[in-house]
Amino acid sequence: MNIVIVGHVDHGKSTLVGRLLADTGSLPEGKLQQVRDECQRTAKPFEYAFLLDALKDEQSQGITIDTARVFFKSKKREYILIDAPGHIEFLKNMVSGAARAEAALLVIDAEEGIQENSRRHGYLLSMLGIRQVAVCVNKMDRVGYKQEVFDRIQKEYRVFLKEIDLEPRAFIPLSALEGENLITPSKKLPWYRGPAVLEMLDSFEKSPDISARPFRMPVQGIYKFTEDEDTRRIVAGRVESGSLSVGDSVVFLPSGKRSQIKTIEAFSAPKRTSVTAGHSTGVTLTEQVYVNRGDVMCRVKEPLPGVSSLLRVKLFWMGKRPMVLDRPYKLKVAAAQVSVRLKKIERVIDASELKPAAKKEIGRHDVAQCVLQAASAVAFDLMHDLEATGRFVIVDEVDIAGGGIILEMIEDGHDALRRQVTEREQKWDFSVVEPEERTKRYGHRPAFVLLTGKVGVDKKTIAKELEKRLFGLHGAATYFLGMGNLLRGLNTDVEQHRLERHEHVRRMGEVAHLFLDAGLIVVATGSNINDAELSELHEMTSREGMVVVNVGPNGFKSAVVDLNLDPVAGTEKNVRNILQLLKDRKILRDA
Amino acid sequence: MTHLEKIESQSVYILREAHHHFRNLAMLWSIGKDSTVMLWLARKAFFGHVPFPLVHIDTDFKIPEMIRYRDKLALDWKLNMITGRNEQALQEGRTFPAGKLTRVECCKTLKTDALVNTLSGKWPRYRMDHATGKYVPDTNKEPYTGVIVGARADEEGSRSKERYFSPRDKESNWEVGDQPPELWNQFKTDFAPGTHIRVHPLLDWTELDIWEYIEKEKIPVVPLYFDQGKGERYRSLGCYPCTFPVKSTAKNVKEIIEELKTGKFRNIAERSGRAQDKEDGGGLETLRREGYM
Repeated sequence: MNIVIVGHVDHGKSTLVGRLLADTGSLPEGKLQQVRDECQRTAKPFEYAFLLDALKDEQSQGITIDTARVFFKSKKREYILIDAPGHIEFLKNMVSGAARAEAALLVIDAEEGIQENSRRHGYLLSMLGIRQVAVCVNKMDRVGYKQEVFDRIQKEYRVFLKEIDLEPRAFIPLSALEGENLITPSKKLPWYRGPAVLEMLDSFEKSPDISARPFRMPVQGIYKFTEDEDTRRIVAGRVESGSLSVGDSVVFLPSGKRSQIKTIEAFSAPKRTSVTAGHSTGVTLTEQVYVNRGDVMCRVKEPLPGVSSLLRVKLFWMGKRPMVLDRPYKLKVAAAQVSVRLKKIERVIDASELKPAAKKEIGRHDVAQCVLQAASAVAFDLMHDLEATGRFVIVDEVDIAGGGIILEMIEDGHDALRRQVTEREQKWDFSVVEPEERTKRYGHRPAFVLLTGKVGVDKKTIAKELEKRLFGLHGAATYFLGMGNLLRGLNTDVEQHRLERHEHVRRMGEVAHLFLDAGLIVVATGSNINDAELSELHEMTSREGMVVVNVGPNGFKSAVVDLNLDPVAGTEKNVRNILQLLKDRKILRDA
Repeated sequence: MTHLEKIESQSVYILREAHHHFRNLAMLWSIGKDSTVMLWLARKAFFGHVPFPLVHIDTDFKIPEMIRYRDKLALDWKLNMITGRNEQALQEGRTFPAGKLTRVECCKTLKTDALVNTLSGKWPRYRMDHATGKYVPDTNKEPYTGVIVGARADEEGSRSKERYFSPRDKESNWEVGDQPPELWNQFKTDFAPGTHIRVHPLLDWTELDIWEYIEKEKIPVVPLYFDQGKGERYRSLGCYPCTFPVKSTAKNVKEIIEELKTGKFRNIAERSGRAQDKEDGGGLETLRREGYM
């Protein structure tokens, strides 16, 4: 079981963990002596925390910088203790540690009382969905093991926990330094009748079995390895909830494609006909459908996840720069990844004071409730229904900068088009050449690069130069799709009228979709494309590979643009920026 | 689910994420038990295939059985086997065994430097030709941007602080004070040009887990781990001048598990037979910050 130890800086988390290890005989022989000797050599007083704070900087500064995984065994079971840092500067490390845990010990210094991070860590535990929390009131030796001190802290902190809807399992008085009330009840605390720390740990429950919940398997990859005449086409992923058997009818969301389970595959393992939550597995299908990584495989007869491009979420920001309304980000939900932008900030909360603040951006360490607009639809659950598909992270350029939970789905009005696309995909006559084989041959993934902007802004020069560079320098299979060529050919039956604009956009999308299916990087330009048209294009192409580059003033209201270019910067620089974006998106090789 | 099933599933998940996100991906194979388990987990993840090269840094001081075992498995399992080494240092005798360097300096020269330059493609790489079983110069000189490493959190302090996906800067340095967040199996898979990511699928495994999994899956390991009748065996494998056998009569995997659970090694750290860890206070941390596994 994974347990995280959290709390304010210097309240004794590492000492608590170090002491637990030492007193249960969980340390390797000689380790304690080695640390004592080292302290003597460097003329530092011995601290149990040194057993954990292994990094040189941690020992010299006397603080924990990053979480440590420590293995520890009680008579009942095995544990990984995750010792999290309490310093505000390292909050992202605390969150990383807590996100791996099934239960938590929250440490409060009896002498210093409840501090800023005692509250902030409590709030984050609640938000991360950790329901099993015991509060350890440490350093009782410093206050003479007095019950009044303990009672006062308990009373005050309970009020706070109630506000954030977290019911603690226990409040435990102890002294980690003196080893009181850790392994066995302490004689110095005769007034306390609750469990000692070790007993508390052993009474935490394993997370409930989620095999009986609706089946979800986010697709991590579609494998077709041709070596040794292997002909299997395997849809691989981990079962996050529910269970699946051979013969089950499944649907992949958001694409809506359906098929049936033919086999459950495994290497060097007995043949199996069903698989349950927690297992990393792979299946073959009776009817071939093209599934994308990131799709969620579900069972047809069970409650299905929501599908939309609009989500109401609560998120926690860790980025060095704030999250703002007009910058594109990446949203990762389970195995899916889409471009996203912040559509609306509903409220920002200071997690230590629980005070709402009127803010136009989400700063570092802020918690915010907001609406996210994804470039195309994602499949997801609400956090309180299913955790694994109900939480997400936000990537700012190359860094994970935010994490959060999904509170609510908001209809985005694209259901009709989505059904149409699903029907097309369901009946699609697939090539015998697999997409991955094309990627291997061409040395890049397919993409639809759409340059948008106002009429009169020169997009075509950039687009054509991009095609030339892709073809020449990168040896890519690429094509510039001229809007004029479509109008004078494929579209001659459609009038050049504003009312018919929708049909022109639709045809452009379908042609781009064919090019994507053929594995190409197709480059196109479109003037005065509006928000609705852009999301339709996203829906129609239904791949990860659509890249939107806006040139000049950005006329979109809330749609996600992957890159904004200034025509003044010159074609050379603008093309270079697009190429870099294609590398960042891993469409072109990353070298 | 059993404990072994859980950690197996997590490692497989990590390997599949790495495979998706990095096109220039390689797995470091030290020939030891941990990275051999990791290789087996890759075959689990990809249903019998290993869709990336295995890289072995050959210090020239490896115990000969290790090299024989490596090449046999590479042939049997049809692995894309790559090796690299610090040829110049070996020629000039700039090593600990030749007396010119300390143990830690030697590790840096023959392992870290060779590793960093083999991964970046600056120094020659050799690829096994499966038709002949011999090694030929590799034509691929592109840097590996994702490198899968078999480090375990329980081995020593600096490894207990690692992320599953851990970035390295242009000089392969590890910025340990400023690691990226890692939430709910969402890993750092994007990186700036010139940098790379170390992937650690075995962080949650202990030495005992490794042996119990080897037993369960019947994974072949180098016979050096077993007592061949002399009353000693290797608990951890490295270069012969710096790795010493331990006194033990464990002759097979079952007996090793027994020894770790209830026997003489129950409370003794695995790397206690590795001399370089003890040379300066944080020997391994220093090495690892500079790019060591």
